[in-house]
Amino acid sequence: MDFATLAPFLVGVVISGLVLGFVYAIIALGYTMVYGVLQLINFAHSEVFVTGAVVGFEIFRVLNGVEMNGYLKLLLALIAAMVASGLLNILIERLAYRPLRNAPRLVPLITAIGVSLILQDLIRIIEGFQGRFDLTYQLPTGFSTPFCGPESSCAGVGKFLGGIGISLQIKEVIVVLVALVSLAALNYLVNFTKLGRAIRAVAQDRVTAGLMGIDANGIISLTFLIGGALGGISGVLFGLKFGTVNAYSGFDPGIVAFTAAVLGGIGSIPGAVLGGLVLGVIQNLIGVTNILGGALNIANLGVIDSSYQRIGAFLVLVLILIFKPTGLLGRSNVEKV
Amino acid sequence: MTAIRPGSQPPVAAPDRSVALIVLAVISSALLLISQESSWLARLPSALANFLKNPLVASLVLTFFLANLLFAYRWKASLWAKLLVGGLSLFLILPWAGRDNTSVLDLAIQIGIFAALSLGLNIVVGLAGLLDLGYIAFFAVGAYTWGIFGSGQIGKVLTYFKDNSANNGPVVAVGGLVLLIVTALSLRAINRVGGKRTPVASWAFLLAALGLVIGVTLLVRGLVMLAAANAAGLTSGVNPNFFWLFLILAIAAAASVGVLIGLPVLKLKGDYLAIITLGLGEVIRVLANNLSTYTNGSQGITPIGSASVPWFNSLAGAIGFTPDQYSLFFLYFVVLIIIAVIILANMRLDRSKIGRAWIAIREDEIAAQAMGVPLVQTKLIAFATGASFAGIMGVIFAAKQGFISPESFILNQSISVLSMVVLGGLGSIPGVILGAAVVTILNISLLPSLGEATASLNLPPQVNPAQLQRLVFGGILVAMMLFRPEGLLPSVRQRRMMHEDDDPSGNMTPQDSLAGELKPENAAEVYSPGVATRADNERGGGTQ
Repeated sequence: MDFATLAPFLVGVVISGLVLGFVYAIIALGYTMVYGVLQLINFAHSEVFVTGAVVGFEIFRVLNGVEMNGYLKLLLALIAAMVASGLLNILIERLAYRPLRNAPRLVPLITAIGVSLILQDLIRIIEGFQGRFDLTYQLPTGFSTPFCGPESSCAGVGKFLGGIGISLQIKEVIVVLVALVSLAALNYLVNFTKLGRAIRAVAQDRVTAGLMGIDANGIISLTFLIGGALGGISGVLFGLKFGTVNAYSGFDPGIVAFTAAVLGGIGSIPGAVLGGLVLGVIQNLIGVTNILGGALNIANLGVIDSSYQRIGAFLVLVLILIFKPTGLLGRSNVEKV
Repeated sequence: MTAIRPGSQPPVAAPDRSVALIVLAVISSALLLISQESSWLARLPSALANFLKNPLVASLVLTFFLANLLFAYRWKASLWAKLLVGGLSLFLILPWAGRDNTSVLDLAIQIGIFAALSLGLNIVVGLAGLLDLGYIAFFAVGAYTWGIFGSGQIGKVLTYFKDNSANNGPVVAVGGLVLLIVTALSLRAINRVGGKRTPVASWAFLLAALGLVIGVTLLVRGLVMLAAANAAGLTSGVNPNFFWLFLILAIAAAASVGVLIGLPVLKLKGDYLAIITLGLGEVIRVLANNLSTYTNGSQGITPIGSASVPWFNSLAGAIGFTPDQYSLFFLYFVVLIIIAVIILANMRLDRSKIGRAWIAIREDEIAAQAMGVPLVQTKLIAFATGASFAGIMGVIFAAKQGFISPESFILNQSISVLSMVVLGGLGSIPGVILGAAVVTILNISLLPSLGEATASLNLPPQVNPAQLQRLVFGGILVAMMLFRPEGLLPSVRQRRMMHEDDDPSGNMTPQDSLAGELKPENAAEVYSPGVATRADNERGGGTQ
């Protein structure tokens, strides 16, 4: 492979890594929002996200035969998933975390792991009763066709993009667009509304925020609702991108997304997005290392295959945290005695 | 010290329960022996025999029997009764019951293994307050240390190098050795130059640490190349008697990996540390999966040998074990001995200088440093000590299973061990052992047997209890944390800290905290729950 073919190949790899990265970013936001207000690693978030994916699957399945615009179906699926995941997250907070507000840190962490295990089995049982385990998304027609393919009206654009190595399917474009819209909405909510200011105040200091007249418990619930809704969106996006989910498939992306949140600086919203994008690209690059090794005539790179993808994410994390212990965009806090 | 708080009950002297203890022990032992002995079952009326043969009943009987040990520990009874019950149960009844049904011994060994793991993790999380989510990696290191050498795998590795490498073994070995020495010396030098500042974070130190890793790798590779000529002699592994040597080697290997993982991450705290240890644990697992020349990849290594002692085998034979069960019988006693040593070590560590240093670091790192506790060294020792317990049990695990694969060392296992520690009572040695026993019995014995017992009910497969491990386990974790966050057998101080609010007078009274800390008979309990309570000046980020 010479440079002329290698460059578009790499661009393609990076672009599809970014698509993956947007999914991670939205999951990571769910972790980071909760961490921001409670300093709790919400291990159950991976199941909240799978719940969203399952609800999205059910909507697409029910609407499969119905004559309806595909994008309307997608919108319905997104809304249903947001509502379901958001409510589930509030329920989890109310039952499992709120009673432990003042307990040592390890206690709610263990509860979160427990909730995660319970939800995994519940999802498996509920879908199992309908004889399903692996849920394959029944997407509306047209979602899997190439973006600006040869037959479409914007074939010229597609041809240009293809020339520089970018070939996307419609659903991947949808993933990026939905992610961008959610990010913009979240940014507006957190930074430009009164509610957002309350969330930031609670994240900074819950007690003082309470003294200033903010209903801290209400804001925490709201944060869980937002985090859950983001989990629901990312679940549907995950379903779009990968096509199949099952009760246990939250674990891997959950770990990677949490790594992304930490990488960006846990508690920081832009950090979570940046971390997700970085990890998505790195994972995709690791996935093609053997091809690159062959292209560059470097022997031994061939042993690095896709099973190293997660390790790669962690090694990057280790390296960055060694030099920047609070993550890429995390605030460094000086410890006072 | 004994001042009675207003409103609290005067202490009631617990009645002596020696007789009750012995009666219970006799009943449960009889039940266990009858339910496990097919020849005795045959003589019983068939209805009763069938009832006892029910897997759920058998499992409950076994649990009841093991609970005796807990009673012997907890109840107020005379010492001879406790020793009698404990000794006879462990050394006579349990092996005897295991004769006909080796799953009893298997379960006992498994409990021992997890108890040791939990005790090791308890040092890292409970004493030193370093949340480690990748603890199972050390267990994997121990298991692979023996797994590779105790099976034909070492022969395969040597054959591979014999066929594939040129004769540069000596060069590689010497090169590795030189690199090792140079980097070790430079590590020392950097440490000295670094002086009072923590040198661990400096890039020079990291570079040197990397050199250390490469040096070890090269050295090992060179030695393997040198030994490649002996491949033919090792097709079924090293002599099983090297098992003892490998128990020691596994401790060393796991402790070194502990230090290696500890080195780069010591600067990190709390959740950052948790995620990094989780990641490094995964790295070890993926390496085990991918370095298939050494580890045979995802197919795993089998069969792994185990040591045998001739007179012990004849003893086992004399009481009716079949030859294929000898190793299980033997390993059971090895586990008992190791556990005893580990418990002893834990008790001594608690009261030692290093134990106090760990607690100091956990409670307040800066204050500890100001008091002259060397942070880096102390944390590394915590990592290494915790890891070494896991390493030695890894060898036992490999020998017992006869088969290891990366699947045995997944993240869920780390989480399992962590929940054993928290479930039992963070920082409390008896609590941690109890936690390990409860979780292990639940996972290996009770839930599967519940599944078998309900097989005749024609439940839909989705709700088959054997499949509900996650649900049940998760439910127990959540319920425990909500209603008894200090664990099943908490240490005194921990219980007080968790229930500050219950005290009608508000905070801990001075007597309380003194009672927990200074009375000599409570010396073993001088620590509080693992990670400090959330302080508002500890925030990590905050939503921006």
